[in-house]
Amino acid sequence: MMDDPLDAIAARTAGSERSLLARVMAGVFTLLAMGGIVVALAAFAYGRNAARQSFDRILLGAANDIAESLIVQDGQPVANIPASAFGLLALAENDRIYYSIQGPDGAVLTGYSGGAKTANLSDTLTSPVFYDNRMQAERARFVTVARLFSERDFSGAVYVTVGHTLRARNAMALGLTKGALVMTGFGGLALLLGAFLVIRSSMKPLETLTRELSQRNPYDLTPMSTQGPAEVAVMVHALNRFMQRLDRQVDAMKHLISDTAHQLRTPVAAIRAQAELAIEDDAEDRRVQRLERLVKRTRSLGTLLDQMLSRALVIHRTDNAPPASIDLRDIALRIFEERDHEFLAPDIEVGLSIGEHPVIVIADDISLTEAVKNMLTNGLRHGVSPVTLGVSKEQGCAMIWVQDSGSGPPHEVMSTIGQRFERSAASKGDSAGLGLSIVQAVARAFNGKVLMEHLDTGFRVTLSFPAQEEDSLP
Amino acid sequence: MKRVTFVRSLVTTLIACAFSLPGHAQEATAIFSSPEDTAEITLSVRSTTDIATFAQILDAFVAAHPNVELYYEQWGSNNLYADSLSACDGRRQSADVVISSGVHQMVDLVNRACASAYQSDLTAQLPVQRKWRDELWGITREAAVIVYNKSLVPAADVPRTRFALLDLMRRPSNAYRGKIATYDIERSGLGFLFAFMDSQQATTFGGMLESFSRADAVATCCSAELIASVNDGQYKIAYNVLGSYVDIKSYRNLGVIFPEDYTMYLSRALMIPKDARHKEAAAQFLDFLLSPEGRALLQEANLIQNSDQAENARSDSNDRYIPIAPTLLVAMDAHRRDQFIAKWHDSFKAEDAP
Repeated sequence: MMDDPLDAIAARTAGSERSLLARVMAGVFTLLAMGGIVVALAAFAYGRNAARQSFDRILLGAANDIAESLIVQDGQPVANIPASAFGLLALAENDRIYYSIQGPDGAVLTGYSGGAKTANLSDTLTSPVFYDNRMQAERARFVTVARLFSERDFSGAVYVTVGHTLRARNAMALGLTKGALVMTGFGGLALLLGAFLVIRSSMKPLETLTRELSQRNPYDLTPMSTQGPAEVAVMVHALNRFMQRLDRQVDAMKHLISDTAHQLRTPVAAIRAQAELAIEDDAEDRRVQRLERLVKRTRSLGTLLDQMLSRALVIHRTDNAPPASIDLRDIALRIFEERDHEFLAPDIEVGLSIGEHPVIVIADDISLTEAVKNMLTNGLRHGVSPVTLGVSKEQGCAMIWVQDSGSGPPHEVMSTIGQRFERSAASKGDSAGLGLSIVQAVARAFNGKVLMEHLDTGFRVTLSFPAQEEDSLP
Repeated sequence: MKRVTFVRSLVTTLIACAFSLPGHAQEATAIFSSPEDTAEITLSVRSTTDIATFAQILDAFVAAHPNVELYYEQWGSNNLYADSLSACDGRRQSADVVISSGVHQMVDLVNRACASAYQSDLTAQLPVQRKWRDELWGITREAAVIVYNKSLVPAADVPRTRFALLDLMRRPSNAYRGKIATYDIERSGLGFLFAFMDSQQATTFGGMLESFSRADAVATCCSAELIASVNDGQYKIAYNVLGSYVDIKSYRNLGVIFPEDYTMYLSRALMIPKDARHKEAAAQFLDFLLSPEGRALLQEANLIQNSDQAENARSDSNDRYIPIAPTLLVAMDAHRRDQFIAKWHDSFKAEDAP
């Protein structure tokens, strides 16, 4: 039943991955298209310019050819137009041509008269003048060159104007533009294909990740392979951390439920039995005795519940509350000042041993307090008076410890100590055996460890963390 | 299948100079229409081609297009050019189709934007040198040949090349003095074009002119007359005659030479004037002339001459085409023309009184 929504999520995820590729490709395409437009405009401008330049040269060549052929005959300039001049103009195959030779006064000597308006003739004396005009309603390009004569019988300038229509120019410009566009088009396609391949290959790890995730059993919380590029590895790491936390929480929940079921069944059954016996029992004194047992059982059940909840609390907090800088002396002082030990074990003398300098660790306040309380409770319960609660710092280790003056538990107990619900035969039945397990959980959560030492002066349980510098205290 | 043609009036062969009024410079007119008399359009065709030469083709066209009637006018090339130019300026009623052997004049008309463009599969098949701007098309292929009178010119003297002709004219004997004729280039646009192209083509031309002068060569008018005169024996040799006019069957005395040094080919040019009233019909006429059927008819009329028709084997590299291209405009240049004609006159001083 759960599968359907999960599959839907997986499908949606796959969909958005495709759209990422599509989006990047759309971006690349847009960029290329914009580049293409720029190239097209540039190619057109370039083509027009190239066509104009080359055909202007042809025009000028033809005009110079004709000017060269001019001679003065009987006091009159006469053109002996070479066929090569028109051959040049005929290179623009389909263009109509114009030529006109004018005397110094602008009168047409030979060639076409009228039609195109000529350039200001005096301007052409120094250099050829190109101009655009119309030839019988068709757009055309002209050039006028001047040839100066200083003969005995004729002196002055003769102007040669040559022009042709623009078909060949336009065809050339179009051809050049087309050629450039075709090349650009092929280049663009190649780039697009290249971009597609590159983008797809660099998105491959992401795709793999997606596939792995969508194929993964939703109840599988094992870490995933972190191979791949940095960005993906970071994601996978984050995902793995998240899954680990989830895994721990699920574990904690499972433990809590199974512990609760396991631990509560017996005491509750015992309480029910005691209560039934008390009801059945006629004798007054026996009844009082049974009620006392009942109270004792109830109290023991309370302690058990306390510890179980505090362990759940510790595990929950180590996963959820962000660790902060804490002075271990504050913890010790707070526990000492709460004076719970006077109520738990009024006949045991408890001392406090803290230094002048702060002992800073990175941990969670509440979890740590809970752990230390358990240590102290154990010391009070199992140890020999006097019991000392102390804080010290040695070789980069910040330590908070509880020491009693006894010889500690026997070695065979030491090996099993700290496991959940382990209770030695000496256990008086009012402990759930969860104390050390809480301490160990806290130690694990904050990179610490639990030490149990037999010293000359007694038995010491130490919770040790890597010490932080003093100035990291907020 | 016999094509029944109804020539309503094949009349009035007029001498051009008899009518000096503008607009009546044509030499002859004829109307061609299909026998059913279903013509809706009268297509006006002005051409330099003799009616007799073209009649069969025109008959075939009206048979294929019964809705078109042809009003065919035969002109001299210079007059036709002048007429087309004034029609272009709007001073005269424009023809629908103009065909002229004065190709340089036609190129000039197109260059003056007097033509309208047309494209079809058939025009696209024309080689480049036989069309320009899709406004001017070369419809024929006619050689400029040397004709000689077989009975008057001994076989050993037959000039197969221009060089041979030159040598013939340089002979000290008087055998060919005054017996060699060619076009009068002032009176015939075609004659001018041939002579001008010769001058462009080869250095022999200067020698030719000189020799023409030495041999008292005669310049006279018109292909048909030249050919008839050679056949009659008035002239022994005519140079640069349009080969299409030489009908060997009717001129028994005539020998034709495709000069072996080079043979010039001319394509009569067809143009649809910009102010033509029936451009579609004119285009149909053009397509008909370019179609296989039209080409076959043109070949029959000797207007398309293939190299292999020549009496003597020549390689194709000796074929020179007068290209329908703007380079021909040089021949239209006033100065160039004046100089050329002046040079020509120097050679034919005595020509006016043969």
